[in-house]
Amino acid sequence: MMRFILPFVVFVVLAVFLFVGLNLNPREVPSPLIGKPAPAFVLPQLHEPQKNFSPADMKGKVWLLNVWASWCVSCREEHPVLMGLAQQNIVPIYGLDYKDSSAEAERWLQKGGDPYVLSVTDTEGRIGIDYGVYGVPETYVIDKQGVIRYKQIGPVTPDNLREKILPMVAELQAK
Amino acid sequence: MIPEIGHFSLIVALFLAACLGLLPIIGAARNDAVLMAIARPLARGQFVFLTIALGCLVYAFVSNDFSVLYVAQHSNSQLPVVYRISAVWGGHEGSLLLWAFILGAWTLAVAIYSRHLPDEMVARVLGVMGFVAVGFLLFMLLTSNPFDRLLPAAADGRDLNPLLQDPGLVIHPPMLYMGYVGFSVAFAFALAALLGGKLDTTWARWSRPWTTVAWVFMTLGIALGSWWAYYELGWGGWWFWDPVENASLMPWLLGTALMHSLAVTEKRGAFKSWTVLLAIAAFSLSLLGTFLVRSGVLTSVHSFAADPKRGIFILSFLVVVIGVSLLLFAWRAPKVGLGGKFDILSRESLLLSNNVLLSVAAASVFIGTLYPLFMDALGFGKLSVGPPYFHAVFVPLMVPMILMMGLGPLARWKKIGGLELAKRVRWAFLSALVIALMLPFVMGTWTAMIALGLLLAFWIIATMLLGLRDRLLGRSDFLQRVRNQSLSYYGMQLAHLGVAVFIIGVTLVKGYETERDVRMDVGDTVSAGGYVFRFDGVREIEGPNYIGGRGHVVVTKDGQAVTELYPEKRQYNVSGMPMTEAAIRTGLLRDLYVSLGEPIPGSDGAWAVRIYIKPFVDWIWAGCVLMALGGILAISDRRYRIHSKRSGAKLGNVLEEKTA
Repeated sequence: MMRFILPFVVFVVLAVFLFVGLNLNPREVPSPLIGKPAPAFVLPQLHEPQKNFSPADMKGKVWLLNVWASWCVSCREEHPVLMGLAQQNIVPIYGLDYKDSSAEAERWLQKGGDPYVLSVTDTEGRIGIDYGVYGVPETYVIDKQGVIRYKQIGPVTPDNLREKILPMVAELQAK
Repeated sequence: MIPEIGHFSLIVALFLAACLGLLPIIGAARNDAVLMAIARPLARGQFVFLTIALGCLVYAFVSNDFSVLYVAQHSNSQLPVVYRISAVWGGHEGSLLLWAFILGAWTLAVAIYSRHLPDEMVARVLGVMGFVAVGFLLFMLLTSNPFDRLLPAAADGRDLNPLLQDPGLVIHPPMLYMGYVGFSVAFAFALAALLGGKLDTTWARWSRPWTTVAWVFMTLGIALGSWWAYYELGWGGWWFWDPVENASLMPWLLGTALMHSLAVTEKRGAFKSWTVLLAIAAFSLSLLGTFLVRSGVLTSVHSFAADPKRGIFILSFLVVVIGVSLLLFAWRAPKVGLGGKFDILSRESLLLSNNVLLSVAAASVFIGTLYPLFMDALGFGKLSVGPPYFHAVFVPLMVPMILMMGLGPLARWKKIGGLELAKRVRWAFLSALVIALMLPFVMGTWTAMIALGLLLAFWIIATMLLGLRDRLLGRSDFLQRVRNQSLSYYGMQLAHLGVAVFIIGVTLVKGYETERDVRMDVGDTVSAGGYVFRFDGVREIEGPNYIGGRGHVVVTKDGQAVTELYPEKRQYNVSGMPMTEAAIRTGLLRDLYVSLGEPIPGSDGAWAVRIYIKPFVDWIWAGCVLMALGGILAISDRRYRIHSKRSGAKLGNVLEEKTA
């Protein structure tokens, strides 16, 4: 008898998880980091691994931190949007290459074009945890004082670029 | 007016579905012939009203009725008519309507092609399907009505997502839904058998053709989706392990297991409770797939809307349908008994191992897909699982499965000698091994993965030839023997050949693809894989609802012209989304694939251009088509035709006894 009830038990456990999962909407912004200083890190750059980059280098500038990876499908959807944004020279985009192999990441950028001023490599995904990265891609708007002002989960689309990110960037740059 | 008719039809369909979900099942329990007999008319009525509803929505799209919110969100007056029709299922509400319509069509089909079944079985099967339909119709009417009005009407619509403006996407969702929903028939048969308490071999026999048809649609649907990703995303990949792709792969894997398990249950009476569980699980995963896509619990390129209210509804519905069926299983299955005995090495045991491996594969995809959600719910932080996980678990599971797949058709039921079997297949194995070891040298590069992939593919082919030889060659007339084999035997072999062709495609494209990502000025040439590509610049084009550039690339080999390719970069007017249209020259042995990256700023017409040579890539989809054709052959078998009255010495021919 017991073994026949097992599928039901497994399903009940799954249903509980799905229910909890519903309240953890991955596209919403539950990030406690908004309004807080961007977590510090020092990571090697993708193209020149002997050089490091840290958010502290960006004090005094408004910038975007975009979390991406060569294995990420949604990044492909987002990629042309970032390329367009980079060409307009409104705001610098820095990339955080998340849990990726550097060789594949470089190939990915060669293939699709490189919208980033530079990318840093987070091979282990440690910094991703500090930033509360859920899915790749994610994009953070960071102000002149190094405070996270906005977090976009999922791909940046022309719509939310126009309606959310760019107005916010303009406002922060004016301050 | 027309949208209101659609809305009203949905309400009528809900009412009919509710009657269908209750009355015939009660009738079957009380042995009330009248209540059982209304199942068929209700199924017909439900289908008629669902057809009217779908027709009204199509009409609203074609006539650009932007006073309907759903139309305003997913269409535009500039959109070509064919995409206005496919835009019907381009969003959440319309997808649900299509789902419900297809469920209605399957229910109608069961009502029509079930004349030879006992009345109470028909009543229960149609009742279960009606119950499922209630869930979807309620969901639509309560949270996602496609006929909601937008007043005042929009001047024009927001346009269909450009990714979906593609011929492949016109038929991909209906195909896939035919598969998803088709598993509801096997599910309904399994539940009907559990409800009736008669889990004999007949229900397996009845649900086999339905399962196979659903599986055929699903195979084609997934293949179409993968093909679309290949040519539309412009990156030359064909499978991304995206949550929504996985959502279709899981029921496919279990559906494949179910087809094989049903064969054993029908022929040998074994695995009865396992088969029932598989039938429940395959449909449950179809429903779960809908939940994952529609609730937005996972981020994916496919998720359209993340509305928690909808998520809660689908989850409750899942809990009712799956929970009830698993409880029913726990209650009834222990009384089933074990069925025919078999030895540790027999066709049964080989099929059982295949079944287990397929289910484990489905479970590993499941874990990989939902792992981020589990970890997040447990408070272990947010993370994501990429293709490396899936490659690492999938390949080791598939290798033993394919090896056994070669042996299965050769093995006898009940018992076979291990030594005897090994002796029979030794030449098949050796020839596959030799080909697998040598062929990569001929192709240019030898790697272990290529050799392994080829070994598996040629192992299937060699054992298939062996099986055909044993059956077809002998003293008696060859043609007579060819005719004597059943269509389902040929169907099985064809589907297995499809797997071999698929593996060859996957292996060779992974092993030998060439990629060039280069900056090209007008007139530049690039050589790749023996071909020379000359870039003749990009000129501006204007489509019905987009503007863009069309590149011109001339391909030559040894100075001979091969083809000219016209990759495009489009910018859609309404959404502003940039899209890449790759240009592909398809060939039996290789695809030439060119897509435009970005214009190089400050240059004189130079572009970043991606050039791929993809050897054997079309074999991937050809393999899927062969699998589907195999399924079609199998269901064309004589014994599945209606009113076939073959008196056989086979087990479980209660059916014939009842109808004769």
